[in-house]
Amino acid sequence: MLTIKDLQVRIENKQILKGLDLAVNAGEVHAIMGPNGSGKSTLASVLAGRDGYDVTAGAVEYDGRDLFELSPEDRARQGIFLAFQYPVEIPGVNNIYLLKAALNAIRAHQGQPPLDAVEFLQVVRQKMQLVNMDESLLNRSVNEGFSGGEKKRNEIFQMAVLEPRLAILDETDSGLDIDALKTVAEGVNTLRNESRAIVLVTHYQRLLNYIVPDYVHVLSDGKIIRSGDRSLAVELEEKGYDWVRQGAKAA
Amino acid sequence: MTDETAKVEELVHKEYEHGFVTDIDTDTVAPGLNEDVIALISAKKEEPEWLLEWRLDAFRHWTRMAEPAWAHVHYPPIDFQAISYYSAPKAKTDGPKSLDEVDPKLLETYEKLGIPLHEQKMLAGVAVDAVFDSVSVATTFKEKLADAGVIFCSFSEAVQNHPYLVRAYLGSVVPASDNYYAALNSAVFTDGSFCFIPKNTRCPMELSTYFRINAANTGQFERTLIVAEESSYVSYLEGCTAPMRDENQLHAAVVELVALDNAEIKYSTVQNWYPGDENGVGGIYNFVTKRGDCRGSGSRISWTQVETGSAITWKYPSCILRGDNSSGEFYSVAVTNNYQQADTGTKMIHLGRNTRSTIISKGISAGKAQNAYRGLVKISKNADNARNYTQCDSLLMGDTCGAHTFPYIETGNAGAIVEHEATTSKISDDQLFYCRQRGIDEEDAVNMIVNGFCKDVFKELPMEFAVEAQKLLNITLEGAVG
Repeated sequence: MLTIKDLQVRIENKQILKGLDLAVNAGEVHAIMGPNGSGKSTLASVLAGRDGYDVTAGAVEYDGRDLFELSPEDRARQGIFLAFQYPVEIPGVNNIYLLKAALNAIRAHQGQPPLDAVEFLQVVRQKMQLVNMDESLLNRSVNEGFSGGEKKRNEIFQMAVLEPRLAILDETDSGLDIDALKTVAEGVNTLRNESRAIVLVTHYQRLLNYIVPDYVHVLSDGKIIRSGDRSLAVELEEKGYDWVRQGAKAA
Repeated sequence: MTDETAKVEELVHKEYEHGFVTDIDTDTVAPGLNEDVIALISAKKEEPEWLLEWRLDAFRHWTRMAEPAWAHVHYPPIDFQAISYYSAPKAKTDGPKSLDEVDPKLLETYEKLGIPLHEQKMLAGVAVDAVFDSVSVATTFKEKLADAGVIFCSFSEAVQNHPYLVRAYLGSVVPASDNYYAALNSAVFTDGSFCFIPKNTRCPMELSTYFRINAANTGQFERTLIVAEESSYVSYLEGCTAPMRDENQLHAAVVELVALDNAEIKYSTVQNWYPGDENGVGGIYNFVTKRGDCRGSGSRISWTQVETGSAITWKYPSCILRGDNSSGEFYSVAVTNNYQQADTGTKMIHLGRNTRSTIISKGISAGKAQNAYRGLVKISKNADNARNYTQCDSLLMGDTCGAHTFPYIETGNAGAIVEHEATTSKISDDQLFYCRQRGIDEEDAVNMIVNGFCKDVFKELPMEFAVEAQKLLNITLEGAVG
């Protein structure tokens, strides 16, 4: 589904990603772990199409197409979803109104008729339970006055409604207490299926206790220096990032 | 600057939708202004002597006044002698007695604008008075309103049919010598709407006037007078459009509202005069004086305006809170794009006790536009327990536009509570990216964010108007992302 080859990315004059390779297939859950500044969030942003990143070399294919030819909204319509690390507030714009516009834009791209208000509400009600969303959040302005946990929950709720094929979760665990983390993780787990791929970007192993990944990759200094299964994350937790870094140098 | 700016530039070129000209025979007075022209206008309208005297008096004041220069707007001097002060569609007979006698081309124009007078007559809903250049063309629903005792007609008709009412209230809120443009209007005003709601009457429908400038080189100087007697209520809507022309055209209107004891007037405007092209050529100069007098105790006047058009807007719908316990409200969205300039706001003059005022102003600037909020909150010595709450928010799109806030607060009473909040913000790249990442295209995302910004004002508009206002806003800002 997603093939990243030798991806090199610069922000202003600083090289952040220095030749990253990754292949993600449908049905798989990949965790990208790494210390601060290793380029995790840059990877998530570049895949979603955020401005301000210079791709200096390498290629990314999504479903056999050059991802960089697609605008952010086209990527979204073709099934790429980014759960933001810091979801932005949009005053005066109803949370559910934004979501309805998003869903109908995606449906239009797929040649499906828009959902009317009643049909849409049915979808919303059903998905709300997945992440234990408080109904009062639906009619508030997007993320305005939401607590950290509510914002993250809202992201996963949007993901549930939009049903992406490739979901990238950027530090979704950061700033969550253990109960909120569990709720969010349960939501993500119910969204795991054979046709959907999930990329978890995280600093801590903690999230992986609840969402068990098929693959774990360690990102350091703009490259994936080690890949393995879940046990890699556990080992990482015990020994710290320095252990992998040194291992990489030795190899 | 992001690389989206280039795309934005392409998108900005959205044509003004109402820019067509109606080909119709008009009776237009040669350009120029002097006492003879005023006498001619007055004669054409078969006005009583007192009104001519009132006009001439205003004109004499005007000649001694200087054009105001304090507003944050810039334009070349206006040649008042190059403007024609009267233009009317040539009547086949002496003037339309009913819709059936109105020139079909005029009716067609209004249908193009989305105000089918015929249908309006059929469907229960809004009563419309349509003003084309200088004269009122037709007023719908007259009979139904008459049953309720409501008078809603063109200003000219009111002068003929209700001279006592007109004489009692005309100029009582905005005196003829009030300011430069009000004086000019008083001298040369040609038509407008008149509306009178008798005691204890809730006007059975929304009243609406649609103004259109059609002829070239003419000014439009309409005058609106609304009187709400004790314990009455009226909601009044005003809409405006004009053809696209390279020359600037002057629109200098005066609106006077009078609310007696416990009366309520809700006045909504969607102003979409031609704003000029993307290089700032042409467009309407909208220099308007609007003022409401909360004359009676417990009276209430609320102004809601959505200003998307005009090359230059200069207007401050105000409330004089004379009656005890009266309240004034001002909700405004002013949008400027390209080279548009707006200097708009309100004045809340607290004279009575326990008077309250609320000001919510949202200014949006894009392109090379300049948008200023100018407001005065004045609490007089005797206005015990007066309260004001003001919120002024500016939204900037791009980095070549400007937003300015000039709040003036004068309190003469120590017990007054006056609050002022102001913010200036930009549509952030983060907000845009968030929406786009959810599959919403850039245009829609901008519209959504801007509409969200204006929500507090739009919710004050009557339903149909709110929808129109949103559409207008979207058209005005098409592509103006920064």
